[in-house]
Amino acid sequence: MAYIQTYMAILVASLLVVPFLKVKWKGIMTLSVVVFNAILSGYITFPALLGEKIAFIFEGSIITGSIPIRIDALSGWFILLINFTLVTGAMYGLHYMKTYKKQTANITLHCLAYLLVQTSLTAICVVQNSLVFLFVWEIMAISCFVLIIFEYYKQDTLKAGINFLIQSHAGVLFLTLGFIWVYYRTGSYDFEAISQFSINFPPVTSLALFFFFFIGFAVKAGFVPFHTWLPYAHPASPSHISGVMSGVIIKIGIFGILRMLQLIQTDYVVLGYIILVFSVISGIYGVMLAILQHNLKKLLAYHSIENIGIIGIGIGLGTLGLGQQNSTLILLGFGGALLHVLNHSLFKSLLFYGAGNVYQTTHTLNIEHFGGLVKQMPQTTILFLVAALAICGLPPFNGFISEFLIYSGLFDGMASKEMLNLVVLLFSVFGMVLIGGLAILCFTKAFGAIFLGKPRHHFPSKPKESGYGKLTPMYMAAAFIVAIGLFPQFFFSMMREPIKLYSDKINITGDFTSAISITETMQIIGFSTTGFIVLGLLIFFIRKTVTAQKPKPILTTWGCGYVGETEKMQYTASSFIRSYRKLAEPMLSIQKRKIEIEGVFPVYGRHETHPQDKIEEFFIDKPWNLMKLFLGKFRFLQNGNPQFYVLYGAVFIALIIGFPIIAETIKKIIYFLNQI
Amino acid sequence: MISLVLIVLTSLFFMGIVIRTKSIASGRKGPGLFQPMKDVIRLWKKGAVYSKTTSFIFQIAPSIYFASIIMAILVIPFCQHKGIISFNGDFVFFAYVLAFGKFFSIIGALDTGSSFEGMGASREALYSMLAEPAFFILMGSFALYTGHTSFHEIFVSLHFGSYISYGLGALATFVLVMIAMIENSRMPVDDPKTHLELTMVHEVMILDNSGFDLGLILYGTNLKFAMYGALIANFFTGSFTILIGILIFLAVQIIFAITVGVLESFSARFRMGNNAQFIFTLTSISILIFFGVLLIMGKFV
Repeated sequence: MAYIQTYMAILVASLLVVPFLKVKWKGIMTLSVVVFNAILSGYITFPALLGEKIAFIFEGSIITGSIPIRIDALSGWFILLINFTLVTGAMYGLHYMKTYKKQTANITLHCLAYLLVQTSLTAICVVQNSLVFLFVWEIMAISCFVLIIFEYYKQDTLKAGINFLIQSHAGVLFLTLGFIWVYYRTGSYDFEAISQFSINFPPVTSLALFFFFFIGFAVKAGFVPFHTWLPYAHPASPSHISGVMSGVIIKIGIFGILRMLQLIQTDYVVLGYIILVFSVISGIYGVMLAILQHNLKKLLAYHSIENIGIIGIGIGLGTLGLGQQNSTLILLGFGGALLHVLNHSLFKSLLFYGAGNVYQTTHTLNIEHFGGLVKQMPQTTILFLVAALAICGLPPFNGFISEFLIYSGLFDGMASKEMLNLVVLLFSVFGMVLIGGLAILCFTKAFGAIFLGKPRHHFPSKPKESGYGKLTPMYMAAAFIVAIGLFPQFFFSMMREPIKLYSDKINITGDFTSAISITETMQIIGFSTTGFIVLGLLIFFIRKTVTAQKPKPILTTWGCGYVGETEKMQYTASSFIRSYRKLAEPMLSIQKRKIEIEGVFPVYGRHETHPQDKIEEFFIDKPWNLMKLFLGKFRFLQNGNPQFYVLYGAVFIALIIGFPIIAETIKKIIYFLNQI
Repeated sequence: MISLVLIVLTSLFFMGIVIRTKSIASGRKGPGLFQPMKDVIRLWKKGAVYSKTTSFIFQIAPSIYFASIIMAILVIPFCQHKGIISFNGDFVFFAYVLAFGKFFSIIGALDTGSSFEGMGASREALYSMLAEPAFFILMGSFALYTGHTSFHEIFVSLHFGSYISYGLGALATFVLVMIAMIENSRMPVDDPKTHLELTMVHEVMILDNSGFDLGLILYGTNLKFAMYGALIANFFTGSFTILIGILIFLAVQIIFAITVGVLESFSARFRMGNNAQFIFTLTSISILIFFGVLLIMGKFV
């Protein structure tokens, strides 16, 4: 209890102090408060992750009722991973923001918002009172909005920010409706009431309730079709914010879904199928669009949607396990999902930091303009490569471990030989494989076009490697990425308690055999990945010793007889994915503009592709236009004449005064008529 | 362990048989069985030319590609003996490790900044992506059929049921042969003997590799062929003893090599644009196997 008060005291004190510091110290102060609060909350919640349930009840006010703070293993897992990424984000941001140090007021606001995001994210994980939950959720959304619109003087940024604000409030609307429904039926704001509600009502009703919450949280998490704010918000915000946002802020949506799954009792089998289908579509759609993007950060943003899909497949699988009373599925499904949440927060933030390094030295994010950065930025290249390999789910890195758990779950789930079950799982396997393959296509494109080959564009100043201030947090994330790949059994054992929250819901006692065999499998995978690295090094070493004495002339790249040096002839990112684009074209909407080269001595040629989000056109733009059309009918009311506005006011007042009188009269008349 | 030794042994003469078959089919005598291996060894002894555009990625890519193939081979079982690495779901590891090698061979090609190599890299990335679902659904079907999820257990328990499993094995063989042809960029999708860069897939990616690295890549192809051959052999060796197993293994490998030679001699390469459709068709054959399994288990009524 005292810890929480210390935590809040530090937050409030720093919020008051930061505005009065010099620019240089604002960042350092923010970073130290973030680190201190991260350690403090980690200290409180680590026992919770190991299974100790911590609960306090604050008195609250008349309106909110008592405010229960419950820290269980699930909150523990999320708080720890959220705080880690927030710490790396703050460290990175401290150096990233140096470019903007003249904008004092802006930076103050940024620092304050960052501190508030940290606290509100942590609070969301532990507060179990609907009203207060919505309150901190709102603080999180608004401070996140402030973080996104740091470069508010750019129109795109402001637009993206407002898009985010509106969409996340559409999400809040659904959450509010859900909570009101529960309050209306049970008269309590406590989260326990939600589970009480779902026990008292038939499964269909609680399924409907779950979907209110699911849509609300899915907007934050970025499930298709609620994802449309993501591809705008990520490129618009500063890189450390993109990293934090993609790494952890969208994960709070996943946390919400997981929490509701834990609370709500319903028909889990149906729910599992629905979540699986939703997630597979999100995953495939996200990566399909990611490949086509030209803006590096937008590409990464679409990848977040893909990874949310993978996490969702894990959750769906676990839910299916709850419905089928299958503890292995619960273990593999929820385990894979939780681990992927951690993994994604690591490699995605690393990728965004890498994008930030590239952006700050070249001032562009257009993939077609890069090339050959490996020469100037070797460390960023390696870090980006590690993250790219990890996000593709390739061994020996962490992405493989979580995807492996989900794959195992999908294949294990086939043991229940019901037709629908088999078809859905087969569809999910197909989806997972396709996602994996497309991710490889996407990241070979991104990595190859940005870092390899020759420079395609001459930048005014030569690109150079970022300083250690920015590289250190990247190395921290990379270290975890490698560690999870090499020692999966340790991280898997950490997830035992969070998973137990779910497996306790079904009546199987024991069946730890599967848990043991999975731990064993994890250990073998750990050995194998280590072996893989050793083997690679060994072969490279052999190659080095064998070829040490051999002649190694350095010449130009083989060009079919052409020995000149030009970067214009190398393959571009767009041409790399051309065959894919041709395949995917019928399913997506891609705008093309082309000026063909003609004649013997061609002068000018041009080729542009603009990938559009079909779902956005369908779900956002179309209804929006219809609404505009409808509201446009009432445009005549806004005619700009002051006389009319006075008239509206008069009519309004007349109605307010007149309405009760008229109603009263009508009542009297009816009464009179009745008397007759 | 046995499978590793056998695969390495087979890889020494596998390409020899393929080339011999092709020579005989075109009316020539052809080189000795070990000629391809001798070529590789000659390459290993040579120096290499590097492009000034390339970076360290280009230096490490062939070694990692080769390591990934070795790692994948370690997973493959033989008869009743497990592979060196064996766990539940190891075929996922198998596919992903190979994908890791592919990732590096692709970025190795992009590292040269060439006008051709990106083309091959792009096709390779797309084709292997399209071929992957076929493999996973195939293994998923057998996992469903046997109730196990590791190579070793699947193969050991495959033939305790009915003889229909041999039919499934035959279908699986077809899919695996095709996957092997795609993964190694051989005939129906790619012609390794073509002399036009625009029509190559794998060959164009390694245009700039020479010396030891090229040797590694070429030997990697041999190993990959032998590896898929071993996988196919496993569908039939099931529960036999080692000796008979070895015989079946060798027979399958030789037949596989001859098949590859015959396929290459008598079929033409597809048009580039049609490759994607063709590869995706493999997935539907895998789904056929899946439904075949359901049929056997009486799920279709």
